[in-house]
Amino acid sequence: MSNKPILQIKDLKVSFQSGKKFVPAVDGISFELNEGEILGIVGESGSGKSVTSLTTMRLIPSPPGKIENGEIIFEGKDLKNISEKEWRKIRGNQISMIFQEPMTSLNPLFTIGNQLMEAIRLHTDFSKAQARVRSIELLKLVGIPRAEGILSEYPHQLSGGMRQRIMIAMAMACNPRVLIADEPTTALDVTIQAQILALMKDLNKKTNTSIILITHDLGVVAEICERVIVMYSGKIVEQGDVRTILKNPQHPYTIGLLKSVPDLRGKKDRLYSIPGNIPAPGTLHKGCRFAARCSEVFGRCKDESPELYKMKNDGHEVRCFLHTLKEGSDEHVGVTS
Amino acid sequence: MGGRRTFVDLEVISQSAKKVKEQLSRRPVLCLSGVTKALALFLANGKKGVTSMLTYTVRRVFSLIPVLFGMTLIVFAIIHAIPGNPAQVILGQRATQESIALVTKELGLDRPWYIQYFDYINKLLHGDLGTSLRTRGPINEEIWPFLAATFELTLVAMFIAIIIGVNAGIISAWFSKSWFDYFAMLLALIGVSMPIFWLGLMMQWGFANELGLFPTTGRENVRDPVNSITNLYLIDTLLQGRFDQFATVVKHLVLPSFALATIPMAIIARMTRATMLEVMKSDYIRTARAKGLRMFWVVYKHSLKNAVIPVLTVIGLQTGLLLGGAILTETIFGWPGIGRYLYDAILYRDYPVIQSGILIIAAIFVLINLIVDLLYVFVDPRIKYTK
Repeated sequence: MSNKPILQIKDLKVSFQSGKKFVPAVDGISFELNEGEILGIVGESGSGKSVTSLTTMRLIPSPPGKIENGEIIFEGKDLKNISEKEWRKIRGNQISMIFQEPMTSLNPLFTIGNQLMEAIRLHTDFSKAQARVRSIELLKLVGIPRAEGILSEYPHQLSGGMRQRIMIAMAMACNPRVLIADEPTTALDVTIQAQILALMKDLNKKTNTSIILITHDLGVVAEICERVIVMYSGKIVEQGDVRTILKNPQHPYTIGLLKSVPDLRGKKDRLYSIPGNIPAPGTLHKGCRFAARCSEVFGRCKDESPELYKMKNDGHEVRCFLHTLKEGSDEHVGVTS
Repeated sequence: MGGRRTFVDLEVISQSAKKVKEQLSRRPVLCLSGVTKALALFLANGKKGVTSMLTYTVRRVFSLIPVLFGMTLIVFAIIHAIPGNPAQVILGQRATQESIALVTKELGLDRPWYIQYFDYINKLLHGDLGTSLRTRGPINEEIWPFLAATFELTLVAMFIAIIIGVNAGIISAWFSKSWFDYFAMLLALIGVSMPIFWLGLMMQWGFANELGLFPTTGRENVRDPVNSITNLYLIDTLLQGRFDQFATVVKHLVLPSFALATIPMAIIARMTRATMLEVMKSDYIRTARAKGLRMFWVVYKHSLKNAVIPVLTVIGLQTGLLLGGAILTETIFGWPGIGRYLYDAILYRDYPVIQSGILIIAAIFVLINLIVDLLYVFVDPRIKYTK
């Protein structure tokens, strides 16, 4: 897998208007997605994961949403200032997206065939017959039996898992370079979840499509991601290689998240949960955003906002003052953001 | 021995009687649907979608029969509950008791009500609506030109209302909170609340009197009357190739149809806007946008079809109302429609005409409801044909 970045997000800040104030939902995040990579973005509800992904597609409803700052660089081109017309050529063609709710994400009044072929014909000059052939091919690719019959069916005739497969087929219609999956398995039951994840991993291998997988489920991340970004309250708090993050997490938030994953062997009586709630956007002005819930909190955390510190391991970064205290703080190589 | 045997027999008989009874108790419910079920089975060999739609339609049409019967009963009851003797009305104030009794007998009004009702139904089933007391002519012949005039006016008015109303609603929702939205919704508010007689008079004064663009009243040029075939003058003139007459008929239609269209147009625009706003928040609209679809198609294909059902309901209701005869509009613009016809009939206590008029209007309403229901199924595949 090459390390050539295909999508770069630089210092992205997105705010939502609430009353007269603009409240930041995503506050200065930067990351890169490499070619053929599966990148996980993890965080609680309200941490800004979905806003990040919708912004990448320029699908933020505006107003109330507003991109205040930042660059989105796709294949070396800044997407910030291109026209809506050019955006339409990218959306669904080079960058495509699947959503959390397969039950409501397909239009109930049009057949699967209609919706699939629409996606294909938008970005190609296929005839109807060609688009039909391609649709069947796509449906087979996502593992749908009796693909031809399903073309004339309506979404309500299919199960959630089937619908999500169709959403994936639709997103893959034009061989996108990047696929953004916003909690694609949250609404599905566990066995179907595993199938969908396997499918995505398979597609990633077959087509070399880079995937951004947004989830709050660390299990999902462990399953298919190579790299992970942990978000908290609109900021990246830790990022790195999936192994490093899972085995050797540094940020107390990540540690808390990992502790709160249920253990199948059931050794614990009570599941760990991080005390407190994510702060409402715009309510915190100074200090570390996690300070109020952090078990390791100390003086400095209340006043200063920590930077993203680079760790020894390649690409591992943590936004926490803690590790500067640790012996041999030479681990701390430098400040990145 | 014999007695015992009889006992057994009785038991068997009573058991089988129970079964029959059970079957019978189910039967009345199944009676109607049984017919359609057989029909469905018969039709099931053909294309699935088409036939299920067809059986649904057939079933719905059958289910209208009791409704229509109920309507005749109610109309009949209302008319007979109205105080006053039609014979008295026909003969006038100074009629003697004997002559009133004679006419009452002649009209069959001395018979018990159920006989009168069955007589009425019998005639109705033979297409006979009775005789007008005023003109002494058969109502089913007399009423048709008026009905056609109203029909023509309503269709044109609703066409205008739908085209403008739906589009205004869509654009308002698309660019919600824009100046267009505020302006259109202000107009819609004015449209709903404007008294139609005042609007009609103002239109006559402005467009007919001052500007002289359109005629003030009537349906046609009286000096060059339309030779009617269907009584729908737009069609009649075209059938006869009289394009000059067609133009005057259109000119006559403009003011009343726009006056009549204002209220439905405003209601349709507001309803369209409200449902479109709701629909455009949904996930599948986001999906359509994520495909890279042009906003125009997102709005006019994906959103509109989902928003159309409540709008269809409103359109159906409004069409029904207008077909019932817009008495105010028809009076102001001298339109010889069903509203005016009934208004005159009420003035003259022309009971048979009133009765037939109400019945026809009610039947039209029921029919439009049916059409709207069928359109629902056509629009939304989730609405099932069964039940």
